[in-house]
Amino acid sequence: MHELAVTESVLEIALRHAGQVNADRVTDIYLVIGRLSSIVDDSVQFYWNIIAENTLCQNANLHFKRVPARLRCVDCQLEFEVQDSLSPCPQCGGYHINVIGGEEFYVESIIVEKEGATV
Amino acid sequence: MTPTRVPVVEKILDANDQVAQQNRALFDNHRTFAINVMASPGAGKTTFILKTLEGLSPRYRMAVIEGDTAPVTIDADKISALGLPVVQINTGGDCHLDAVMLHAGLQSLPLDGVDIVLIENVGNLICPAAFKLGSHLNLLVASTPEGDDKPYKYPNMYRGIDVLIINKMDLIPYIDFNMAYFQQGVEILNPGLRTFPVSAKTGEGMSEWINWLDEVVQQHRKK
Repeated sequence: MHELAVTESVLEIALRHAGQVNADRVTDIYLVIGRLSSIVDDSVQFYWNIIAENTLCQNANLHFKRVPARLRCVDCQLEFEVQDSLSPCPQCGGYHINVIGGEEFYVESIIVEKEGATV
Repeated sequence: MTPTRVPVVEKILDANDQVAQQNRALFDNHRTFAINVMASPGAGKTTFILKTLEGLSPRYRMAVIEGDTAPVTIDADKISALGLPVVQINTGGDCHLDAVMLHAGLQSLPLDGVDIVLIENVGNLICPAAFKLGSHLNLLVASTPEGDDKPYKYPNMYRGIDVLIINKMDLIPYIDFNMAYFQQGVEILNPGLRTFPVSAKTGEGMSEWINWLDEVVQQHRKK
């Protein structure tokens, strides 16, 4: 639902970093998105095709690296991964659980090209 | 042309978070305590806010920021009727308030002499959770008719809040709402979360919430 705002932010970040190295074109953008970030890849891709048009990022490929949700049981200290739904600790059945991973939401890197020379 | 990898490692919502920090600084400079009120549509946000304003009005000077997706002033008019300052932010169809919209809205709201500002976010359990505003307290108004499975379905919202209001407790006899199941979901996501069961309509439970907020604001002002 808020993917447009998110996609605009990705474009802004990519264009700023491409500008800093005087790139002529951005070909690839690598995103790292945790399972717990409520972002729909298809939606980002849909907006991307529209808003990247006529920028250095036109036709750049978006790569989504999904990071699983990692949890730690407060009671027995077990660390475990979950994919989707909430579940109690698989070892002790406890409900006191801390999130230790899966909230990542950043642009990792971009691949750029520059006419005539390597950047 | 040789492709080159440029390392970035920048949070996608970093720009929003930076403006949220500016908002926080603005609030702090005016000694204003800001509360981000989130909920699904129809949870009773506006009634809850009105009753909160009533409960605190002798003690504090308050203002309200209304986030709405459409340019209707139904909610803002109710606040104005109390004689309190209110600013409406029309998000133009967007599903949430973000820090930049709030920053713009704050330009029209003089914070001098405002002790507490209540920010009514757009009714939605997904998007507002992702966008920090710079508020001191993130509050969710859940309501019993929404169902007891909402923490399980909207984990990000329930994980990111500082206080939970369970509204429409007066409807419990008429609906299937398993409080134990609901609270178990909340406990997994946000252990020890401060929770107030209330009915904003009948006033049940509101004094406990008001007294707690009063204490939180007092503590904050001592800092």
